[in-house]
Amino acid sequence: MGIYLDHAATTYTDERVLEAMLPYFKDVFGNASSAHGYGQEAERGVGIARQQVADAIGAKRDEVYFTSGGTESDNWAIKGAAEAAKKGHIVTSAVEHHAVLDTCKYLETRGFDVTYLPADGSGLISADSVAGAIRDDTVLVSIMFANNEVGTLMPIREIGQIARARGVLFHTDAVQAIGHVPIDVDALGIDMLSLSAHKFYGPKGAGALYIRHGTGIAKFMHGGAQEKDMRASTLNTPGIVGLGAAIELAAAEREQNNAHEAVLAKRLRDGLLALPMTKLNGHETSRLPGNVNITFRGIEGEALMIHLDLEGIAVSTGSACTSGSTSPSYVLLAMGLSTVDARAAIRFTVGRGNTAQDIDTVIEKTKNVAERLREISPLFAQYKGDKKYV
Amino acid sequence: MYNDKVLEHFKNPHNVGEMENPDGYAEVGSSECGDTMKMYLRVDDNIITDIKYKTYGCCAAIASSSIATDMAKGRTIEEAEAMTKSDIIKELGGLPEKKIHCSLMAEDALKAAINDYKSRK
Repeated sequence: MGIYLDHAATTYTDERVLEAMLPYFKDVFGNASSAHGYGQEAERGVGIARQQVADAIGAKRDEVYFTSGGTESDNWAIKGAAEAAKKGHIVTSAVEHHAVLDTCKYLETRGFDVTYLPADGSGLISADSVAGAIRDDTVLVSIMFANNEVGTLMPIREIGQIARARGVLFHTDAVQAIGHVPIDVDALGIDMLSLSAHKFYGPKGAGALYIRHGTGIAKFMHGGAQEKDMRASTLNTPGIVGLGAAIELAAAEREQNNAHEAVLAKRLRDGLLALPMTKLNGHETSRLPGNVNITFRGIEGEALMIHLDLEGIAVSTGSACTSGSTSPSYVLLAMGLSTVDARAAIRFTVGRGNTAQDIDTVIEKTKNVAERLREISPLFAQYKGDKKYV
Repeated sequence: MYNDKVLEHFKNPHNVGEMENPDGYAEVGSSECGDTMKMYLRVDDNIITDIKYKTYGCCAAIASSSIATDMAKGRTIEEAEAMTKSDIIKELGGLPEKKIHCSLMAEDALKAAINDYKSRK
């Protein structure tokens, strides 16, 4: 069996989650919108899941709207808030996921102004920069909870306070954070929050958008009256039930999982940073427990990734969505890395199922592959004599 | 994403290395993605008798370097000059669309090293 270290891309579905979902494919197959018994039984499962999601983030049950995943939730939050406001200014950051960035770019073509805040060298967006960017016509602040590539945790509480004080809606893409960080939307001043089940051992194709009561937001899908007439489409009951089960388990087992990931991530980080000409990308301490993002100088990231894949080890270059494209990670470039250093980055994301033995194998294999690729690389010879790269 | 032949050349690339006093030498870079390649030629009686290179680049760039140097070895200067990236890609059994440009560097390096050889004559 291979070693999977790409949990930020997606996770497997937990056995207990799968068990909870299975009845909803066949026995409880009713349409949750139907008034008959079949439908009502399915609706009960949806209601329980809605409560499970609400409990996990300190929300009220009727503030949770089910979607197809993180991308849809981000699209809805941002386009919905923009449409309700009709015009104005949006504050976001240069290191957001494409689901947020590309939605904001689209809105620029529809007459909205957008500020993309720069990140510092650790990938952090400062609360001060958010405060400085808010204008009289700002209608939305959208800042991710944790970055998907380098795992940096953003100062969400401070940003929430600032947005609240200035009377601006605050949306956060919490897709990477939700499984790892305890979140209370009231305490953090969050008005809208995107999450997706497959990042915390739930199924793919199931997500949610939290929308605080009283938030001005347009409906997203037109059709049936599902989700309080805000998001039409027959409910994906197996997925929704799986999302509910997964988020409850993630909350209940968070500390234990985080501790497990942190120990393994430290082992991996220490082992890889002991190799010559490596450096950690992202924040030293304020980061997701399982994220280890390393630049291997003089090596091209995809080459290293494919070599590790041939050894049965799954990792990622930049973000999974952009692999296959030739441009280096925009997140790393926004953090100030050179093109060559950004292209030399590999993201390892540890998960529940990994063991210390896995980590030691990965360190050993990475060491061997890195040495082989450096023998081929003309850049390595240039770096060798240069102290600044050692 | 990559076929077995590409992966085999990537895993165990042929002709990697440097050369003392080459008869032809070139260093080229791809402006599109920052890849870099150094190529060294040994030429006897108008025939490329040895060829070495170092490549910084992705899987496609490394596999292209390996196969292009295999193809050029033993050929006359004129034959090697006539090689194009399509020949390289064909020999590799194809590359993903987005990776086609990565094979260009091997062709460029070979042509540049041959030009260097000619200019020394």
